[in-house]
Amino acid sequence: MRVVLTSEDKAMLDGKYGKATKKAMEIIVTLGEIYGAERLIPVSSVQIAGVSYHNLGEAGLEYLLEMAEDGQTRVLTTLNPAGMDMDEWKKHGISEEFAVNQQRVVDAFAQMGVVTTCTCTPYLIGNLPHYGEHIAWAESSAVCFANSVIGALTNREGGPSALASALTGKTAEYGLHLQKNREAEVHYEIRAPLHSTDGFGLLGQIIGERTGKAIPLISGIQTATTEQLKSFCASVATYGGVPLFHMEGITPNRTTEPERKEVVTEDNLIAARKALDDEDAEIDFISIGCPHASIKEIAKVAELLKGKKVAEGKTVWITTARPTKDLAIKMGYYDVIEESGAFLVSDACCAVAPLKGRFKGLMTDSAKACFYARGKNKFRTEIRTLDECIEKAIA
Amino acid sequence: MTEMKGRKIFGGKAAGQALVTKQDISFYGGCDPETGEIVEKGHELEGQSVSGKILVFPTGKGSTVGSYVLYALKKAGKAPLGIINTSTDPVVAVGCIISEIPAIDQIEIENISSGQKLKIDADNGVVSIV
Repeated sequence: MRVVLTSEDKAMLDGKYGKATKKAMEIIVTLGEIYGAERLIPVSSVQIAGVSYHNLGEAGLEYLLEMAEDGQTRVLTTLNPAGMDMDEWKKHGISEEFAVNQQRVVDAFAQMGVVTTCTCTPYLIGNLPHYGEHIAWAESSAVCFANSVIGALTNREGGPSALASALTGKTAEYGLHLQKNREAEVHYEIRAPLHSTDGFGLLGQIIGERTGKAIPLISGIQTATTEQLKSFCASVATYGGVPLFHMEGITPNRTTEPERKEVVTEDNLIAARKALDDEDAEIDFISIGCPHASIKEIAKVAELLKGKKVAEGKTVWITTARPTKDLAIKMGYYDVIEESGAFLVSDACCAVAPLKGRFKGLMTDSAKACFYARGKNKFRTEIRTLDECIEKAIA
Repeated sequence: MTEMKGRKIFGGKAAGQALVTKQDISFYGGCDPETGEIVEKGHELEGQSVSGKILVFPTGKGSTVGSYVLYALKKAGKAPLGIINTSTDPVVAVGCIISEIPAIDQIEIENISSGQKLKIDADNGVVSIV
Protein backbone atom coordinates (compact mmCIF):
# COMPACT_ATOMS: atom_id res chain seq x y z
CA MET A 1 0.00 0.00 0.00
CA ARG A 2 1.46 3.31 -1.11
CA VAL A 3 -1.06 5.67 0.47
CA VAL A 4 0.13 6.65 3.96
CA LEU A 5 -2.77 6.65 6.42
CA THR A 6 -3.16 8.46 9.74
CA SER A 7 -4.27 6.49 12.79
CA GLU A 8 -7.80 7.88 12.33
CA ASP A 9 -7.85 6.83 8.64
CA LYS A 10 -6.77 3.33 9.74
CA ALA A 11 -9.42 3.19 12.45
CA MET A 12 -12.07 4.03 9.86
CA LEU A 13 -10.68 1.39 7.50
CA ASP A 14 -10.71 -1.19 10.31
CA GLY A 15 -14.40 -0.58 10.95
CA LYS A 16 -14.04 1.23 14.30
CA TYR A 17 -16.39 3.97 13.07
CA GLY A 18 -18.97 1.53 11.74
CA LYS A 19 -19.75 -0.33 8.53
CA ALA A 20 -20.63 2.58 6.25
CA THR A 21 -17.53 4.58 7.21
CA LYS A 22 -15.38 1.48 6.63
CA LYS A 23 -16.81 1.02 3.13
CA ALA A 24 -16.40 4.75 2.45
CA MET A 25 -12.75 4.65 3.54
CA GLU A 26 -12.14 1.58 1.32
CA ILE A 27 -13.38 3.62 -1.64
CA ILE A 28 -11.19 6.64 -0.79
CA VAL A 29 -8.04 4.56 -0.22
CA THR A 30 -8.55 2.43 -3.36
CA LEU A 31 -8.99 5.51 -5.54
CA GLY A 32 -5.87 6.94 -3.91
CA GLU A 33 -3.92 3.80 -4.81
CA ILE A 34 -5.19 3.73 -8.39
CA TYR A 35 -4.11 7.35 -8.91
CA GLY A 36 -0.89 7.16 -6.93
CA ALA A 37 -1.85 9.43 -4.01
CA GLU A 38 0.65 9.62 -1.16
CA ARG A 39 -1.87 10.55 1.53
CA LEU A 40 -5.44 11.50 2.31
CA ILE A 41 -6.41 15.12 2.93
CA PRO A 42 -9.40 16.64 4.74
CA VAL A 43 -12.20 18.19 2.70
CA SER A 44 -14.53 20.87 4.02
CA SER A 45 -17.43 20.56 1.60
CA VAL A 46 -19.10 17.81 -0.42
CA GLN A 47 -21.64 17.88 -3.25
CA ILE A 48 -23.26 14.52 -4.10
CA ALA A 49 -24.60 13.56 -7.54
CA GLY A 50 -26.83 10.60 -8.39
CA VAL A 51 -30.00 11.74 -6.65
CA SER A 52 -32.74 11.38 -9.26
CA TYR A 53 -34.46 8.01 -8.82
CA HIS A 54 -34.65 8.00 -12.62
CA ASN A 55 -30.84 7.62 -12.83
CA LEU A 56 -30.17 5.85 -9.54
CA GLY A 57 -32.77 3.09 -9.81
CA GLU A 58 -33.65 0.60 -7.10
CA ALA A 59 -30.08 -0.69 -6.84
CA GLY A 60 -28.61 2.73 -6.15
CA LEU A 61 -31.31 3.35 -3.56
CA GLU A 62 -30.56 0.02 -1.87
CA TYR A 63 -26.92 1.01 -1.59
CA LEU A 64 -27.86 4.36 -0.02
CA LEU A 65 -30.16 2.62 2.47
CA GLU A 66 -27.33 0.26 3.42
CA MET A 67 -24.95 3.21 3.95
CA ALA A 68 -27.63 5.11 5.90
CA GLU A 69 -27.85 2.31 8.49
CA ASP A 70 -24.89 3.74 10.40
CA GLY A 71 -23.29 6.38 8.13
CA GLN A 72 -23.16 10.07 9.14
CA THR A 73 -21.66 13.00 7.28
CA ARG A 74 -18.61 14.69 8.84
CA VAL A 75 -18.61 17.85 6.69
CA LEU A 76 -21.15 20.12 4.99
CA THR A 77 -22.76 17.96 2.30
CA THR A 78 -25.37 19.03 -0.24
CA LEU A 79 -27.31 17.22 -2.96
CA ASN A 80 -27.73 17.39 -6.71
CA PRO A 81 -31.19 17.81 -8.29
CA ALA A 82 -33.83 15.15 -7.79
CA GLY A 83 -36.18 13.94 -10.53
CA MET A 84 -39.04 16.16 -9.35
CA ASP A 85 -40.08 19.18 -7.29
CA MET A 86 -40.26 17.60 -3.84
CA ASP A 87 -43.49 19.46 -2.98
CA GLU A 88 -45.31 20.36 -6.18
CA TRP A 89 -44.50 17.23 -8.24
CA LYS A 90 -48.14 16.31 -8.84
CA LYS A 91 -49.00 19.38 -10.88
CA HIS A 92 -45.90 18.84 -13.04
CA GLY A 93 -47.22 15.46 -14.19
CA ILE A 94 -44.92 13.21 -12.14
CA SER A 95 -46.36 9.80 -11.25
CA GLU A 96 -47.20 8.81 -7.67
CA GLU A 97 -44.93 5.76 -7.94
CA PHE A 98 -41.93 7.85 -8.99
CA ALA A 99 -42.63 10.41 -6.25
CA VAL A 100 -42.65 7.73 -3.53
CA ASN A 101 -39.31 6.33 -4.69
CA GLN A 102 -37.74 9.78 -5.10
CA GLN A 103 -38.78 10.62 -1.53
CA ARG A 104 -37.11 7.40 -0.30
CA VAL A 105 -33.84 8.50 -1.95
CA VAL A 106 -33.92 11.97 -0.39
CA ASP A 107 -34.89 10.50 3.01
CA ALA A 108 -31.91 8.12 2.89
CA PHE A 109 -29.56 11.07 2.31
CA ALA A 110 -31.25 13.09 5.08
CA GLN A 111 -30.79 10.19 7.48
CA MET A 112 -27.03 10.46 6.89
CA GLY A 113 -27.08 14.16 7.72
CA VAL A 114 -26.90 15.40 4.13
CA VAL A 115 -28.52 18.81 3.61
CA THR A 116 -31.11 17.86 0.99
CA THR A 117 -30.77 20.97 -1.16
CA CYS A 118 -31.34 19.20 -4.48
CA THR A 119 -29.54 21.69 -6.69
CA CYS A 120 -26.68 21.63 -9.20
CA THR A 121 -25.69 25.17 -8.08
CA PRO A 122 -24.77 24.63 -4.40
CA TYR A 123 -22.53 27.71 -4.64
CA LEU A 124 -25.62 29.93 -5.08
CA ILE A 125 -27.37 28.74 -1.93
CA GLY A 126 -24.94 28.28 0.93
CA ASN A 127 -22.39 25.63 -0.03
CA LEU A 128 -19.77 28.13 -1.18
CA PRO A 129 -16.14 27.17 -0.60
CA HIS A 130 -13.42 29.81 -0.79
CA TYR A 131 -10.29 30.08 -2.91
CA GLY A 132 -7.76 27.34 -2.19
CA GLU A 133 -10.15 25.16 -0.19
CA HIS A 134 -10.02 21.38 -0.78
CA ILE A 135 -13.48 19.93 -1.44
CA ALA A 136 -15.00 16.75 -2.94
CA TRP A 137 -17.73 17.58 -5.42
CA ALA A 138 -19.64 15.56 -7.95
CA GLU A 139 -21.87 17.23 -10.58
CA SER A 140 -19.63 18.13 -13.47
CA SER A 141 -20.89 21.72 -13.91
CA ALA A 142 -20.43 22.55 -10.23
CA VAL A 143 -16.99 20.90 -10.20
CA CYS A 144 -15.97 23.13 -13.10
CA PHE A 145 -17.40 26.24 -11.40
CA ALA A 146 -15.72 25.46 -8.05
CA ASN A 147 -12.29 24.78 -9.58
CA SER A 148 -12.34 27.58 -12.14
CA VAL A 149 -14.52 30.47 -10.99
CA ILE A 150 -14.04 30.07 -7.22
CA GLY A 151 -10.57 28.54 -7.20
CA ALA A 152 -11.39 25.73 -4.77
CA LEU A 153 -9.75 22.34 -5.50
CA THR A 154 -11.70 19.21 -6.39
CA ASN A 155 -11.52 16.21 -8.66
CA ARG A 156 -14.55 15.26 -10.70
CA GLU A 157 -16.11 12.85 -8.20
CA GLY A 158 -18.85 10.33 -8.88
CA GLY A 159 -21.90 9.80 -6.65
CA PRO A 160 -20.45 7.00 -4.48
CA SER A 161 -16.99 8.58 -4.11
CA ALA A 162 -18.49 11.95 -3.09
CA LEU A 163 -20.64 10.17 -0.50
CA ALA A 164 -17.49 8.39 0.71
CA SER A 165 -15.82 11.78 1.27
CA ALA A 166 -18.91 13.02 3.12
CA LEU A 167 -18.80 10.08 5.55
CA THR A 168 -15.03 10.19 6.14
CA GLY A 169 -14.32 13.91 5.69
CA LYS A 170 -11.37 12.87 3.48
CA THR A 171 -10.29 12.49 -0.11
CA ALA A 172 -7.12 11.09 -1.63
CA GLU A 173 -4.58 13.71 -2.67
CA TYR A 174 -4.24 13.31 -6.45
CA GLY A 175 -5.27 15.01 -9.67
CA LEU A 176 -6.62 18.52 -9.26
CA HIS A 177 -5.79 18.63 -5.54
CA LEU A 178 -2.16 19.07 -6.64
CA GLN A 179 -1.13 22.45 -8.03
CA LYS A 180 1.10 20.88 -10.70
CA ASN A 181 -1.95 19.33 -12.39
CA ARG A 182 -3.84 22.62 -12.67
CA GLU A 183 -1.81 24.35 -15.37
CA ALA A 184 -3.44 25.23 -18.69
CA GLU A 185 -2.61 22.94 -21.63
CA VAL A 186 -4.24 24.72 -24.58
CA HIS A 187 -4.83 28.43 -25.17
CA TYR A 188 -8.10 29.39 -26.88
CA GLU A 189 -8.33 32.97 -28.08
CA ILE A 190 -11.95 34.04 -28.49
CA ARG A 191 -12.60 36.35 -31.45
CA ALA A 192 -16.37 36.45 -31.25
CA PRO A 193 -18.88 38.62 -29.42
CA LEU A 194 -20.56 36.92 -26.44
CA HIS A 195 -23.50 38.57 -24.70
CA SER A 196 -25.81 35.87 -23.33
CA THR A 197 -26.03 32.58 -21.47
CA ASP A 198 -26.75 30.62 -24.65
CA GLY A 199 -23.67 32.14 -26.31
CA PHE A 200 -21.46 31.12 -23.39
CA GLY A 201 -23.03 27.66 -23.57
CA LEU A 202 -22.13 27.40 -27.25
CA LEU A 203 -18.58 28.51 -26.48
CA GLY A 204 -18.41 25.75 -23.84
CA GLN A 205 -19.58 23.26 -26.43
CA ILE A 206 -16.88 24.35 -28.93
CA ILE A 207 -14.05 24.31 -26.40
CA GLY A 208 -15.31 21.10 -24.74
CA GLU A 209 -15.38 19.22 -28.03
CA ARG A 210 -11.95 20.51 -29.09
CA THR A 211 -10.11 20.19 -25.81
CA GLY A 212 -11.48 16.91 -24.39
CA LYS A 213 -9.84 16.67 -20.98
CA ALA A 214 -7.03 19.19 -21.62
CA ILE A 215 -7.24 22.26 -19.36
CA PRO A 216 -7.99 25.38 -21.42
CA LEU A 217 -6.76 28.94 -21.00
CA ILE A 218 -9.36 31.24 -22.55
CA SER A 219 -8.60 34.82 -23.55
CA GLY A 220 -10.48 37.56 -25.34
CA ILE A 221 -13.54 37.68 -23.09
CA GLN A 222 -14.05 41.15 -21.61
CA THR A 223 -16.80 40.49 -19.07
CA ALA A 224 -18.89 37.56 -17.90
CA THR A 225 -21.76 37.36 -15.42
CA THR A 226 -22.13 34.55 -12.86
CA GLU A 227 -25.05 33.23 -14.94
CA GLN A 228 -22.95 33.19 -18.11
CA LEU A 229 -20.09 31.44 -16.32
CA LYS A 230 -22.39 28.74 -14.90
CA SER A 231 -23.75 28.14 -18.41
CA PHE A 232 -20.21 27.89 -19.78
CA CYS A 233 -19.14 25.49 -17.00
CA ALA A 234 -22.09 23.17 -17.61
CA SER A 235 -21.44 23.07 -21.32
CA VAL A 236 -17.65 22.70 -21.33
CA ALA A 237 -17.93 19.85 -18.79
CA THR A 238 -20.67 18.10 -20.79
CA TYR A 239 -19.15 18.31 -24.26
CA GLY A 240 -15.60 17.73 -23.02
CA GLY A 241 -14.39 16.27 -19.75
CA VAL A 242 -13.12 19.60 -18.54
CA PRO A 243 -13.06 20.01 -14.74
CA LEU A 244 -11.07 23.26 -14.78
CA PHE A 245 -10.41 26.22 -17.07
CA HIS A 246 -8.65 29.55 -16.81
CA MET A 247 -10.30 32.70 -18.21
CA GLU A 248 -7.96 35.64 -18.51
CA GLY A 249 -9.07 38.62 -16.42
CA ILE A 250 -12.04 36.72 -14.97
CA THR A 251 -11.02 33.59 -13.03
CA PRO A 252 -8.63 33.77 -10.03
CA ASN A 253 -6.14 30.92 -10.66
CA ARG A 254 -2.72 31.62 -12.17
CA THR A 255 -1.26 29.49 -14.94
CA THR A 256 1.72 29.39 -17.27
CA GLU A 257 1.10 30.04 -20.98
CA PRO A 258 0.54 26.77 -22.89
CA GLU A 259 2.40 26.18 -26.17
CA ARG A 260 -0.64 25.16 -28.19
CA LYS A 261 -2.89 28.01 -29.27
CA GLU A 262 -6.18 27.98 -31.17
CA VAL A 263 -8.72 30.59 -32.20
CA VAL A 264 -12.50 30.49 -31.79
CA THR A 265 -14.30 32.65 -34.34
CA GLU A 266 -17.83 33.92 -34.81
CA ASP A 267 -18.23 31.33 -37.59
CA ASN A 268 -17.44 28.59 -35.07
CA LEU A 269 -20.23 29.92 -32.82
CA ILE A 270 -22.70 29.99 -35.72
CA ALA A 271 -21.78 26.40 -36.60
CA ALA A 272 -22.17 25.30 -32.97
CA ARG A 273 -25.63 26.87 -32.82
CA LYS A 274 -26.57 25.11 -36.05
CA ALA A 275 -25.45 21.80 -34.60
CA LEU A 276 -27.90 22.18 -31.68
CA ASP A 277 -30.80 23.45 -33.79
CA ASP A 278 -32.89 20.69 -35.32
CA GLU A 279 -34.59 22.04 -38.43
CA ASP A 280 -37.71 19.97 -37.91
CA ALA A 281 -37.99 20.78 -34.18
CA GLU A 282 -41.59 21.21 -33.09
CA ILE A 283 -41.22 23.13 -29.83
CA ASP A 284 -43.70 22.10 -27.12
CA PHE A 285 -41.37 22.37 -24.11
CA ILE A 286 -39.42 25.44 -23.00
CA SER A 287 -36.99 25.18 -20.11
CA ILE A 288 -34.74 27.73 -18.41
CA GLY A 289 -32.51 26.80 -15.48
CA CYS A 290 -29.78 24.38 -16.54
CA PRO A 291 -27.79 24.87 -14.36
CA HIS A 292 -30.44 26.00 -11.86
CA ALA A 293 -31.66 29.55 -12.43
CA SER A 294 -30.38 32.34 -10.18
CA ILE A 295 -32.78 34.83 -8.57
CA LYS A 296 -31.65 37.33 -11.20
CA GLU A 297 -32.70 35.01 -14.03
CA ILE A 298 -36.04 34.29 -12.36
CA ALA A 299 -36.68 38.04 -11.95
CA LYS A 300 -36.01 38.45 -15.67
CA VAL A 301 -38.37 35.61 -16.61
CA ALA A 302 -41.10 37.09 -14.38
CA GLU A 303 -40.64 40.48 -16.05
CA LEU A 304 -41.05 38.88 -19.50
CA LEU A 305 -44.08 36.80 -18.48
CA LYS A 306 -45.93 39.53 -16.57
CA GLY A 307 -49.54 39.71 -17.80
CA LYS A 308 -48.85 37.15 -20.57
CA LYS A 309 -50.15 33.62 -21.09
CA VAL A 310 -48.16 30.56 -22.14
CA ALA A 311 -49.48 29.38 -25.53
CA GLU A 312 -51.70 26.31 -25.66
CA GLY A 313 -49.83 23.07 -26.19
CA LYS A 314 -46.63 24.44 -24.65
CA THR A 315 -45.14 23.59 -21.27
CA VAL A 316 -42.65 25.88 -19.54
CA TRP A 317 -40.32 24.81 -16.72
CA ILE A 318 -38.12 27.35 -14.94
CA THR A 319 -35.93 25.14 -12.73
CA THR A 320 -34.15 26.36 -9.62
CA ALA A 321 -33.05 25.54 -6.07
CA ARG A 322 -35.63 25.53 -3.29
CA PRO A 323 -34.23 28.54 -1.35
CA THR A 324 -34.26 30.53 -4.61
CA LYS A 325 -37.87 29.49 -5.21
CA ASP A 326 -38.77 30.60 -1.67
CA LEU A 327 -37.18 33.95 -2.40
CA ALA A 328 -39.10 34.13 -5.69
CA ILE A 329 -42.33 33.50 -3.79
CA LYS A 330 -41.47 36.32 -1.34
CA MET A 331 -40.70 38.68 -4.21
CA GLY A 332 -43.89 37.85 -6.13
CA TYR A 333 -42.01 36.35 -9.10
CA TYR A 334 -43.50 32.92 -8.42
CA ASP A 335 -47.11 34.20 -8.73
CA VAL A 336 -46.34 36.08 -11.96
CA ILE A 337 -44.70 33.00 -13.51
CA GLU A 338 -47.40 30.54 -12.40
CA GLU A 339 -50.26 32.87 -13.41
CA SER A 340 -48.88 32.87 -16.95
CA GLY A 341 -49.18 29.08 -17.01
CA ALA A 342 -45.43 28.46 -16.69
CA PHE A 343 -44.06 26.43 -13.78
CA LEU A 344 -41.35 27.49 -11.34
CA VAL A 345 -39.99 24.06 -10.50
CA SER A 346 -37.56 23.62 -7.62
CA ASP A 347 -35.28 20.63 -6.78
CA ALA A 348 -35.49 19.13 -10.28
CA CYS A 349 -34.30 19.87 -13.80
CA CYS A 350 -35.18 18.83 -17.33
CA ALA A 351 -32.06 16.63 -17.59
CA VAL A 352 -32.89 14.30 -14.67
CA ALA A 353 -36.71 14.35 -14.44
CA PRO A 354 -38.59 11.40 -16.02
CA LEU A 355 -39.73 13.29 -19.13
CA LYS A 356 -39.16 10.78 -21.94
CA GLY A 357 -42.16 10.55 -24.24
CA ARG A 358 -43.87 13.65 -22.83
CA PHE A 359 -42.54 16.24 -25.31
CA LYS A 360 -41.30 16.48 -28.89
CA GLY A 361 -39.07 19.54 -28.94
CA LEU A 362 -37.17 21.55 -26.31
CA MET A 363 -36.19 25.21 -26.57
CA THR A 364 -33.68 26.34 -23.96
CA ASP A 365 -30.79 28.74 -23.40
CA SER A 366 -28.61 25.85 -22.19
CA ALA A 367 -26.29 23.83 -24.43
CA LYS A 368 -26.05 21.18 -21.69
CA ALA A 369 -29.83 20.80 -21.56
CA CYS A 370 -29.82 20.22 -25.34
CA PHE A 371 -27.29 17.40 -24.93
CA TYR A 372 -29.40 15.49 -22.39
CA ALA A 373 -32.71 16.27 -24.10
CA ARG A 374 -31.38 14.65 -27.24
CA GLY A 375 -29.48 11.75 -25.72
CA LYS A 376 -31.79 10.67 -22.92
CA ASN A 377 -35.23 11.95 -23.88
CA LYS A 378 -34.99 11.85 -27.69
CA PHE A 379 -36.33 15.42 -27.96
CA ARG A 380 -35.48 17.72 -30.87
CA THR A 381 -33.78 20.92 -29.68
CA GLU A 382 -33.30 24.61 -30.38
CA ILE A 383 -30.94 26.87 -28.41
CA ARG A 384 -31.89 30.55 -28.04
CA THR A 385 -31.42 33.46 -25.63
CA LEU A 386 -33.52 33.48 -22.46
CA ASP A 387 -35.66 36.30 -23.94
CA GLU A 388 -36.27 34.37 -27.16
CA CYS A 389 -37.23 31.24 -25.22
CA ILE A 390 -39.89 33.14 -23.26
CA GLU A 391 -41.11 34.86 -26.45
CA LYS A 392 -41.55 31.39 -28.00
CA ALA A 393 -43.48 30.26 -24.93
CA ILE A 394 -46.10 33.00 -25.22
CA ALA A 395 -46.23 33.17 -29.01
CA MET B 1 -0.88 -23.55 -14.91
CA THR B 2 0.13 -20.00 -15.84
CA GLU B 3 0.28 -17.34 -13.13
CA MET B 4 0.12 -13.59 -13.65
CA LYS B 5 0.72 -10.94 -11.02
CA GLY B 6 -1.21 -7.69 -10.91
CA ARG B 7 -2.59 -5.24 -8.38
CA LYS B 8 -5.47 -5.76 -5.95
CA ILE B 9 -8.45 -3.46 -6.48
CA PHE B 10 -10.80 -5.32 -4.16
CA GLY B 11 -9.85 -8.45 -2.23
CA GLY B 12 -11.30 -11.96 -2.24
CA LYS B 13 -11.00 -15.21 -4.15
CA ALA B 14 -12.93 -16.52 -7.13
CA ALA B 15 -12.78 -19.33 -9.69
CA GLY B 16 -14.68 -19.67 -12.94
CA GLN B 17 -14.79 -19.32 -16.69
CA ALA B 18 -13.28 -16.27 -18.37
CA LEU B 19 -15.40 -13.95 -20.51
CA VAL B 20 -12.95 -11.73 -22.40
CA THR B 21 -13.39 -8.60 -24.52
CA LYS B 22 -10.87 -6.20 -26.03
CA GLN B 23 -13.46 -3.42 -25.77
CA ASP B 24 -14.12 -1.18 -22.77
CA ILE B 25 -17.40 -1.66 -20.89
CA SER B 26 -19.89 0.97 -19.72
CA PHE B 27 -22.05 -0.69 -17.10
CA TYR B 28 -24.55 2.21 -17.03
CA GLY B 29 -26.61 1.83 -20.17
CA GLY B 30 -24.33 -0.91 -21.48
CA CYS B 31 -25.28 -3.79 -19.18
CA ASP B 32 -28.75 -4.88 -18.04
CA PRO B 33 -28.76 -4.48 -14.22
CA GLU B 34 -31.25 -7.32 -13.78
CA THR B 35 -29.79 -10.00 -16.05
CA GLY B 36 -26.14 -9.11 -16.54
CA GLU B 37 -26.54 -9.13 -20.33
CA ILE B 38 -24.35 -6.72 -22.31
CA VAL B 39 -26.82 -4.56 -24.24
CA GLU B 40 -24.53 -1.91 -25.77
CA LYS B 41 -25.22 -1.88 -29.52
CA GLY B 42 -22.29 -3.24 -31.51
CA HIS B 43 -20.27 -4.32 -28.46
CA GLU B 44 -18.23 -7.51 -28.90
CA LEU B 45 -20.13 -9.06 -25.99
CA GLU B 46 -23.59 -7.81 -27.03
CA GLY B 47 -26.14 -10.45 -26.05
CA GLN B 48 -23.77 -12.29 -23.68
CA SER B 49 -24.17 -12.30 -19.91
CA VAL B 50 -21.41 -11.35 -17.48
CA SER B 51 -23.23 -13.26 -14.74
CA GLY B 52 -21.19 -16.00 -13.05
CA LYS B 53 -18.11 -15.29 -15.19
CA ILE B 54 -14.68 -13.89 -14.52
CA LEU B 55 -15.07 -10.78 -16.63
CA VAL B 56 -11.90 -9.65 -18.42
CA PHE B 57 -11.82 -6.26 -20.19
CA PRO B 58 -9.36 -3.36 -20.66
CA THR B 59 -11.09 -0.67 -18.58
CA GLY B 60 -14.47 0.88 -17.80
CA LYS B 61 -16.03 3.88 -19.49
CA GLY B 62 -19.14 6.01 -19.05
CA SER B 63 -21.25 7.43 -16.23
CA THR B 64 -20.41 7.04 -12.55
CA VAL B 65 -23.89 5.54 -12.06
CA GLY B 66 -22.22 2.43 -13.53
CA SER B 67 -20.93 1.59 -10.04
CA TYR B 68 -24.53 1.07 -8.92
CA VAL B 69 -25.19 -1.31 -11.83
CA LEU B 70 -22.53 -3.67 -10.46
CA TYR B 71 -24.21 -3.37 -7.06
CA ALA B 72 -27.61 -4.18 -8.64
CA LEU B 73 -26.13 -7.25 -10.33
CA LYS B 74 -24.70 -8.45 -7.03
CA LYS B 75 -28.06 -8.00 -5.28
CA ALA B 76 -29.80 -9.87 -8.11
CA GLY B 77 -27.26 -12.71 -7.93
CA LYS B 78 -26.14 -11.87 -11.47
CA ALA B 79 -22.77 -10.25 -10.85
CA PRO B 80 -19.53 -11.46 -12.40
CA LEU B 81 -17.57 -13.69 -9.99
CA GLY B 82 -14.50 -11.54 -10.46
CA ILE B 83 -13.11 -8.74 -12.63
CA ILE B 84 -9.73 -8.49 -14.36
CA ASN B 85 -8.64 -5.28 -16.12
CA THR B 86 -5.65 -3.83 -17.88
CA SER B 87 -6.28 -0.69 -15.85
CA THR B 88 -9.32 -0.32 -13.58
CA ASP B 89 -11.16 3.00 -13.85
CA PRO B 90 -12.84 4.65 -10.84
CA VAL B 91 -16.38 3.64 -11.86
CA VAL B 92 -15.58 -0.07 -11.94
CA ALA B 93 -13.27 0.16 -8.89
CA VAL B 94 -16.01 1.78 -6.79
CA GLY B 95 -18.54 -0.71 -8.19
CA CYS B 96 -16.36 -3.65 -7.09
CA ILE B 97 -15.83 -2.21 -3.61
CA ILE B 98 -19.50 -1.55 -2.90
CA SER B 99 -20.53 -4.92 -4.36
CA GLU B 100 -17.58 -6.86 -2.89
CA ILE B 101 -16.47 -8.35 -6.21
CA PRO B 102 -12.82 -9.53 -6.23
CA ALA B 103 -10.93 -7.44 -8.77
CA ILE B 104 -7.36 -7.18 -10.07
CA ASP B 105 -5.75 -4.85 -12.61
CA GLN B 106 -2.36 -4.40 -14.31
CA ILE B 107 -2.78 -7.80 -15.99
CA GLU B 108 -1.87 -8.45 -19.64
CA ILE B 109 -5.36 -9.52 -20.62
CA GLU B 110 -4.21 -10.49 -24.15
CA ASN B 111 -2.95 -13.71 -22.53
CA ILE B 112 -6.46 -14.75 -21.49
CA SER B 113 -9.15 -16.20 -23.80
CA SER B 114 -12.87 -16.63 -23.29
CA GLY B 115 -13.78 -20.05 -21.93
CA GLN B 116 -10.50 -20.63 -20.07
CA LYS B 117 -10.80 -21.65 -16.40
CA LEU B 118 -9.37 -18.92 -14.15
CA LYS B 119 -8.59 -18.67 -10.46
CA ILE B 120 -8.10 -15.27 -8.90
CA ASP B 121 -6.63 -14.45 -5.54
CA ALA B 122 -7.27 -10.73 -5.45
CA ASP B 123 -5.70 -10.16 -2.01
CA ASN B 124 -2.35 -11.12 -3.52
CA GLY B 125 -3.16 -9.80 -7.01
CA VAL B 126 -2.67 -13.24 -8.60
CA VAL B 127 -4.54 -14.61 -11.64
CA SER B 128 -4.00 -18.27 -12.58
CA ILE B 129 -5.06 -19.95 -15.82
CA VAL B 130 -5.90 -23.50 -14.73
